[in-house]
Amino acid sequence: MLTKKLLISALSVLSLLIVSNVSFALSAEEQKGLDISLEAKKRDLGWQDSTADMLMLLRNKQGQESIREIKMKSLEVIDDGDKSLTIFNKPRDVKGTAFLSFSHPIDADEQWLFLPALKRVKRISSRNKSGPFMGSEFAFEDLSSFEVEKYTYKYLGEEELNGLKSFKVEQYPADENSGYTRRIVWIDTEEYRVHKIDFYDRKDSLLKTLSFKGYKQYIAKHWRADIQEMINHQNGKSTELKWTNYAFKTGLSDSDFNRNSLKRAR
Amino acid sequence: MHLSLKNPLNKPSNMSLTKALSKVFGSRAKSSVSAMAVCASLVLSNPLSASEVATDVEFEASGNIALEQRYFFKEALYSEQLSHSQTSFSVEPEFYWQWNNGNDSLLFTPFYRVDSHDEQRTHGDIRELAYIHASDDWELRVGIRKEFWGVTEFQHLVDVINQTDGVEDFDGEDKLGQQMVNLSLVNDWGIVDVFLLPGFRERTYAGEEGRLRGPLVVDEDNVSYESSAGQQHLDFALRWAHSVGDFDLGAYWFHGTNREAYLSPSPQAPSSSLVQYYSQMDQLGIDAQATLGDWLWKFESIYRSTSLEDFWATQAGFEYSFIGVFDTNLDLGLLMEHSWDSRGEVALGAQGSLMQNDLFLGARLAFNDMQSSELLMGFGSDLDHNAFSFLIEASRRFGDNFIASFDVRLLQSNEPNDLLYTISNDDHAQLSLAWYF
Repeated sequence: MLTKKLLISALSVLSLLIVSNVSFALSAEEQKGLDISLEAKKRDLGWQDSTADMLMLLRNKQGQESIREIKMKSLEVIDDGDKSLTIFNKPRDVKGTAFLSFSHPIDADEQWLFLPALKRVKRISSRNKSGPFMGSEFAFEDLSSFEVEKYTYKYLGEEELNGLKSFKVEQYPADENSGYTRRIVWIDTEEYRVHKIDFYDRKDSLLKTLSFKGYKQYIAKHWRADIQEMINHQNGKSTELKWTNYAFKTGLSDSDFNRNSLKRAR
Repeated sequence: MHLSLKNPLNKPSNMSLTKALSKVFGSRAKSSVSAMAVCASLVLSNPLSASEVATDVEFEASGNIALEQRYFFKEALYSEQLSHSQTSFSVEPEFYWQWNNGNDSLLFTPFYRVDSHDEQRTHGDIRELAYIHASDDWELRVGIRKEFWGVTEFQHLVDVINQTDGVEDFDGEDKLGQQMVNLSLVNDWGIVDVFLLPGFRERTYAGEEGRLRGPLVVDEDNVSYESSAGQQHLDFALRWAHSVGDFDLGAYWFHGTNREAYLSPSPQAPSSSLVQYYSQMDQLGIDAQATLGDWLWKFESIYRSTSLEDFWATQAGFEYSFIGVFDTNLDLGLLMEHSWDSRGEVALGAQGSLMQNDLFLGARLAFNDMQSSELLMGFGSDLDHNAFSFLIEASRRFGDNFIASFDVRLLQSNEPNDLLYTISNDDHAQLSLAWYF
């Protein structure tokens, strides 16, 4: 365990050095894992801003369902993490609640919550990465934007998944507050889209599997999946995300992501 | 229900602010009236399919209906008060219209409560009836609104715009709608809000039959004002708020009618009620929060100057969060806050604060389950004399649209000068069931 920790921290130091253009020796597998993620990130650059509607279907072991209806607005920020505004519509008791986040690759994210009953804007701690989002099987960190610096990498090989030739890459979270020791990610070799992620908990046993279905390409460049299904292997619960009304380059700007826009978000 | 995103958002960024302002002020009355007319006709025709009728105006109706049952453990201290059980029913719908891609909107939130015993608690209010116009770097809000300021949890010291709807609940967090014209300017160095507040709202107090009051009822008809304009005084407020890295800061100046009345026994002997006197005040306030990892450090302070007194008060403390305690999904937040008031300990009936040197401890447990179950415990203690309050609030969702909450409040004081002493028979439990639509 200790050697593993040492290895992980050594790896994160190494990858940071690489990212900051200091040449240093990574093993061939580590270099290839990093290269794949850099390429995936690069291919999705330039979306500027996007809006989409998300329907969350929470299912427990007995098959009981509960719905969350959410609207998302995001703004691409060059050389930093993205900005996002999350607006809740269902369940009805949280309708009007909105969440503003300025994410950063290394520094702590800045997050504010608007509580409509009191009309109160509350700055909240962004340390809660591993906790469940709205009682679902998605953790906060599963829904945050992908930044290359958030992980260190190891290429595991090629594998066929759903008829597509895919890279299999292991990712180790750099953040000590992550709920995971590692993730194994399947990325297709053609378009560099993520198709499946296995999550391993802090005890390094398989916790969840996330599958991406129905990829569509928007403005001839950006691939987004219509459906993301998260299955928790340990508690038998699952959560399905259904995305609709994806739109890109809608004209959103910094002024759509401040305290005022948080208060009137719908 | 979705924003139409085919057209790019209105972007008057190249328009100078003064030009844009004159445009809005000049045509505001006309456009808001016609907007009202459009909305009204939509309501009359078919509210729920409004977006189908006119593609540029979208309409939404939501809200909640709640049934609340209180049970007081002890007999009433004063003869007219209700004995043990108090039932009430409330309704708060919300109607929302937006057009111009959401840059213009109208919000209407009426509220009404019927109470089984306390006729003062049977009351209605327009919580909100406001038109909002949003532009890139400024926003204009006109009408009846609610505006919250502050960062602390156990006392909202700097929150001053809205009057407290005192009959609603024990915590004073319910507010009456306030008429206002509010211009909000977004700058790189923070958001500046200018408020013009025409018309003052008197605080609501428990009636004769109501519990949670002292021996004398506050007379709603015997109200006087320092200003000759009385309730029509035009109040003014200017606030700056900004986030700098881990710090969220706010500062303001308020000039106008004091939201807290000076209460005194009615002149005829024996006094049968308390009369209200609303002074003018100038108040400076600051609030700050540092968000450092799992720690939230909070500070609020006010300096208030009236013709009767000048004083300082602060509320300061922290909140610490444990994420995923005991290897579960549970989050535990621990809170501690201290209240201080320069007026110190005061005799009952004299002016001063209940929270002159009080310590508050709290624990918040979020279960992070499908039902959003939560448990909150709070303990308040007066450090100058023997008085404490204790509360538990538990809530959970049932199905998709019901929220059940169960609250227990215990109040104890051995100091006859303390307000808590006069309501020390009012320990109670409260169960409420709300349906959200």
